[in-house]
Amino acid sequence: MRFSEQFEQRFTEMLGHYPTKRSVLVPTLLYAQDEAGFLSDEIIHEIAGRLDLTDLEVRNVISYYSMLTTKPRGKYNVQVCTNIACMLRGGEELLEHCSKKLGIGHKGTTADGLFSLEEVECIGACSWAPAVQVNYDFHENLTTVKMDKILDGYKSKV
Amino acid sequence: MADLVSHPDEVKVVSKRFGKGATNLDRYLELDGYKAVQKALAMGPDAIINEVKNSGLRGRGGAGFSTGMKWSFVPKQSPKPKYVLCNGDESEPGTCKDRLIFEHDPHAVIEGVVIAGLSVGSHVGYIYVRGEYRYLSEIMQKAIRDAYARGFLGKNIFGSGYDFDVYWHGGAGAYEVGEESALMESLEGKRGIPRIRPPFPAVVGLWGGPTIINNAETLANVPHIIMGGAEWYAGLGPPKNGGTRLFCLSGHLSRPGVYELPMGYNLKKMIYEVAGGIPNGRKLKAVVPGGASTPVLTADEVDVGMDFDSLAKAGSMLGSGGVVVLDDATCMVKFALRTIKFYQHESCGWCIPCREGTDWLKKTLARFHAGAGLKKDIDNIYYLAENMLGRTFCPLGDAAAMPTMAFVKKFRKEFEDHLEGKPCPYEPLGRTMELPVLAH
Repeated sequence: MRFSEQFEQRFTEMLGHYPTKRSVLVPTLLYAQDEAGFLSDEIIHEIAGRLDLTDLEVRNVISYYSMLTTKPRGKYNVQVCTNIACMLRGGEELLEHCSKKLGIGHKGTTADGLFSLEEVECIGACSWAPAVQVNYDFHENLTTVKMDKILDGYKSKV
Repeated sequence: MADLVSHPDEVKVVSKRFGKGATNLDRYLELDGYKAVQKALAMGPDAIINEVKNSGLRGRGGAGFSTGMKWSFVPKQSPKPKYVLCNGDESEPGTCKDRLIFEHDPHAVIEGVVIAGLSVGSHVGYIYVRGEYRYLSEIMQKAIRDAYARGFLGKNIFGSGYDFDVYWHGGAGAYEVGEESALMESLEGKRGIPRIRPPFPAVVGLWGGPTIINNAETLANVPHIIMGGAEWYAGLGPPKNGGTRLFCLSGHLSRPGVYELPMGYNLKKMIYEVAGGIPNGRKLKAVVPGGASTPVLTADEVDVGMDFDSLAKAGSMLGSGGVVVLDDATCMVKFALRTIKFYQHESCGWCIPCREGTDWLKKTLARFHAGAGLKKDIDNIYYLAENMLGRTFCPLGDAAAMPTMAFVKKFRKEFEDHLEGKPCPYEPLGRTMELPVLAH
């Protein structure tokens, strides 16, 4: 398994920040996932080895955090918030709209591997609801029309 | 990224540098940055703690505990290193304020962390930013690097002979990790499962060392207190509720946004004047005053001061400052269901009352909203929630139970309106149907 130079640099740097190796685990898993798309058996084994943990200990941590996944996802993960503040301003309708447009449901992936859809809990955009995160990008004050443009924008990026 | 708003009633303390380019270190210095930390170095630990105690600053994460008091619990002598941990895992539904602080004024958080460290004789601080806030974690990492490059962090800060390191840390999606003991577990590379207290983190925290844990907004207030003085800060709010708060106004409002208002500001005024009232000719039905976990207030209860003590008197909590406003077309059963669905999803499963309680509440409320509620379930929901209170390691169980009890108590009629197969009076039946409808 090979990670990018930036990953390795950050990993080495972070090891110096804590008294125990294991402390770098959560952010390291997220950075690894960003590069590979998901946390494969190979990545889990590699990171466990580096931090003197068993694969099981790493899996145990992965299953706790909602952003971490051991299954492949689309290139663009569309995360629609339907928590209270977003719900009051049309978050559920937005989710339904995305679901129809992409032809997939919660945690589904389009056949071309471009989009995944996820209903997520509060992403901290309550005052600018309804809000969606595509990978790490926030999109706020949305309507279905704006949402279409956003999805088309990602499509044309490819 | 997120739009800024303003209103003439605002008193800008924490948000003073918002929109002024203060992520740039030179600009931050022009705006009186890093003066507080130098003043604090000259003051010494006891004077810092006294100043913060006298300022009336209380925890902005939700519990509202006196910050200065918290710091004073850290033992002076410790065989293990002491730590400062900034909680930026903001995830209470309705809350989006720490995000603005990280985005616009990251150095103020760093300064707050260093001053907290000076007050207890710690030499290391961590700033934990939730995983979803990737762009903020990058802003924070850059701010830390810039501060190191100028000698504001690291060895011999500001030539004082005092060493202080600040590191960032990132999460990966978990509400529970915003709870202080779960936060420490997460930082140590584990599942965010709460620790039993006592011992409290001030005595046994990160890696067994005494640890100060404060919310990002709390720490961002500290440099302003050091510069402006305890008396000035305390005077901004009512007695024992010093300063201002970043109120995150959301929901059915004409001008939602994050506004910095003095503690004790009237909620009714906040809704109708600051945030422009309820749009679409609708009327106010209810307000969740301090994030999803705080008990709901009815339209008749909003003439109340937004500070810790006034809201406690009104039977709710100031919480994390997330004010969610609901108009009269909102179904309270559905709202209660969405609230509990969140807590059920986020319960770590460690304590049975929370794990099972949130699950059964969700199932019962889902059945209710689908129009198949049983009359006895109304009391069952209340009873179940009541029995979760105080029976868990961390406050997530309470956070789920408190609002649920308030929904039943204050909006019982709406629960009754869903009985006997009646469709939800507020929207077409079946939207959130998740369970088969049971026979009576």
